[in-house]
Amino acid sequence: MMCCENTTAPTPALPRLGSPAPSFEAVTTLGTLRLEDFKGSWLILFSHPADFTPVCTTEFIAFAEIHEDLRQRNVELLGLSIDSVYSHIAWVRNIEEKMGVKVNFPVIADLNKEVATAYGMVMPGESKTETSRCVFVIDPNGIIRAMVYYPLTTGRNMQEIIRLIDALQTSDKHSVATPANWKPGDKIIVPPPNTQDMAEDRVKEGLECNDWYFCRKEL
Amino acid sequence: MACINPDGTLTRPGRSILEAMRQPAPLNQVSTGSGVPLYRVRSVIRELLVAELAYADGELYQVTEKGIEKLDS
Repeated sequence: MMCCENTTAPTPALPRLGSPAPSFEAVTTLGTLRLEDFKGSWLILFSHPADFTPVCTTEFIAFAEIHEDLRQRNVELLGLSIDSVYSHIAWVRNIEEKMGVKVNFPVIADLNKEVATAYGMVMPGESKTETSRCVFVIDPNGIIRAMVYYPLTTGRNMQEIIRLIDALQTSDKHSVATPANWKPGDKIIVPPPNTQDMAEDRVKEGLECNDWYFCRKEL
Repeated sequence: MACINPDGTLTRPGRSILEAMRQPAPLNQVSTGSGVPLYRVRSVIRELLVAELAYADGELYQVTEKGIEKLDS
């Protein structure tokens, strides 16, 4: 007789930084899209709890307002919630009609939670039926480069999302790191030396160093 | 389908993408020529290929005779 059958559904592996983003094919407000369609561009895949709710509406307006700034950085936007495509269409039309803001980015209608589950967007402690406010930054090679999770109650900060993109792209382009509160134009962090020789050379290089391991420079 | 309306006519992105493929063109050029973002070009072209309105020759895409009929109708 079996005494201890495990009736808990297996927990899907969650995405990890530096790992390939889970692939998907999904119905969106702009037709059926696959993750691979975004190859060559950075992608911000973000979820919201539900259409026709106030915090989400402020966020959609805010995302629409930074959409062009993001596109200038080779970044595309892709929204998601566990709503139908008809609900999404009605909501974005409502936002344009009532708020005067046109939402031009696609929104996934994830009624079967397939994408939400693959990306760990549902936080059962908060809600079993809605996605939390998640942001996944995926690079042009399909690698997850950043993940941000906000609770249902708290709208996201668009300037921080742009800052994050700027920092990631700067790190990639110049092989550097960015300090706390960095913004374009600020000094960047020179990666710490890995050997004693490199540490000695570092001090002679004329960088702005507080110590051998902590050096900054202008780009 | 994102490229064809239920009445069989081309959707706006379907038409502009097909127009940009009157001459063989790579995806980037189709995107520039149609003014449609690259990710959406990829998605719509998938459907145009299934509907036999376009064909692929390596990395170049071009409208078919059937596609030209749609464009000119």
